[in-house]
Amino acid sequence: MNINLTLFGQMVTFAIFVWFCMKFIWPILLASLEERQKKIEDGLNYAEKASRDLANAEEEIDAKLDEAKVEASSIIDQANKRAMQIIEDAKIKASEEGDRIKLAAKAEIDLETNRAKEKLRKSVADLAIKGAEKILEKSVDKEVNKSLLDKLAKEL
Amino acid sequence: MKGLASKDPATTSEYIQHHLQNLVYGRLPAGFERHSEQGHQVLTENTWTLAHGADEVAAMGFWAVHVDSMAWSIGLGIVFCLVFRWAALKSNPSTPKGFINFVEFIVELVDNKVKESFHAKNRLIAPLALTIFIWIFLMNLMDLVPVDLVPKLLMLVGVEYQKIVPSTDPNVTMGMALGVFLLMLFYNIKIKGFGFVKELTMHPFNHWAFIPVNLFMELVGFLAKPFSLGLRLFGNMYAGEMIFILIALMFAAGAGGSIISGGLNAQLFGEGTNVFLWLVTFLLVCFICLLNLKGKLSTGKTALYSLILLMISGGILGLSGGIMQLGWAIFHIIIVTLQAFIFMVLTVVYLGMAHEQDH
Repeated sequence: MNINLTLFGQMVTFAIFVWFCMKFIWPILLASLEERQKKIEDGLNYAEKASRDLANAEEEIDAKLDEAKVEASSIIDQANKRAMQIIEDAKIKASEEGDRIKLAAKAEIDLETNRAKEKLRKSVADLAIKGAEKILEKSVDKEVNKSLLDKLAKEL
Repeated sequence: MKGLASKDPATTSEYIQHHLQNLVYGRLPAGFERHSEQGHQVLTENTWTLAHGADEVAAMGFWAVHVDSMAWSIGLGIVFCLVFRWAALKSNPSTPKGFINFVEFIVELVDNKVKESFHAKNRLIAPLALTIFIWIFLMNLMDLVPVDLVPKLLMLVGVEYQKIVPSTDPNVTMGMALGVFLLMLFYNIKIKGFGFVKELTMHPFNHWAFIPVNLFMELVGFLAKPFSLGLRLFGNMYAGEMIFILIALMFAAGAGGSIISGGLNAQLFGEGTNVFLWLVTFLLVCFICLLNLKGKLSTGKTALYSLILLMISGGILGLSGGIMQLGWAIFHIIIVTLQAFIFMVLTVVYLGMAHEQDH
């Protein structure tokens, strides 16, 4: 149990081995460990991000789906309304058209009636004149009695 | 006949002393009287030589080197460097495998410990802690090699003394503790500057009149750190080694007489223990354990055959000694690891204290 030169020998050896470890062992091992740690951390972060993204996407899908449903129902409503309106419009138009055709027909009928009446009148006037000619046995001057005859025709 | 006596230690105290004697290379002073088999010889000048026996070691005093301590500690340090360097080069960030994984686990453990108790920035501390932990652990681990194995084998090739556990040498443990102490001193002065002097003089009583008291108390505390660091490790390992030696002694010294108590050893070689017999037994036990590890022998049979082998070669005493050695070795593994760990943690803590501005 004597203290001797071994003490300093050991101190020097100690220093050398610590130096070796510090220079050639520790940095390499630690760098490798840290790199792996970083890799694992990145991987975990990535996985977490991916699962978060997935959840987000699902939420988005749900929202989109709801939106689409609402839109679809509104479109259907609109279409229904539009269809009703078109039918309504068509009805109105049809009745209007009917009325118009009726009016036109009536006007034509009136026109035809008037024309017939005119014709009749004319033929009545002619007939009356011819009758009167026959009665008077002499020809009545048409020009002279024209106003008289018109008056007669109007009264008929 | 001192040389012969130390080669084959017969008495209990000689056996213990022989085990606690380092292989020393040092300077014998001029005028020292050497006793050897050729007779007395008075040295005319200072001589650097291997010491034969405790009296020559004492005469060498400070100018001596424990060759065995240095060789084993440097060897184990080189083992540490090579293995960890290899692992560092093999390690890649993707998938660690097998032993490299284990090395990385240790590095991470040390790194976490350092981060826990050392808050300043210093690139030296973590590698220092790793070196201390593994190196001391390896040195302590030599305690688990059977106490007689290496010294007896080396004795066969003519090496007189051999202590294979460097951490049972106070020079080794104190050398490391002193290294740590120098670092503490360096960083205290570098980081705190004049604040370090203030810390020593104005603490715990913050008044100028108490400066001598403070200085005394703080200096004692400061100097006690390296001593406690080095002596704790030394004490633990020395005591552990001592117990191995005592157990070995118990069954080796008492191995006389009948086959029941002394086994084959006593029958063939009488009172003394024989290296070769134990070497053969040791190798056979190793072979049986190897078979077990390869899966060719069940664990129960392995234990039984080992016990029978020990019984045949060493008798009851050999058997119980072997079992006690095993028991103490298993327990000692905890101490081996714990002491290495404590040395590392305390080093980090002490250097952390040196880096902290506010006391």
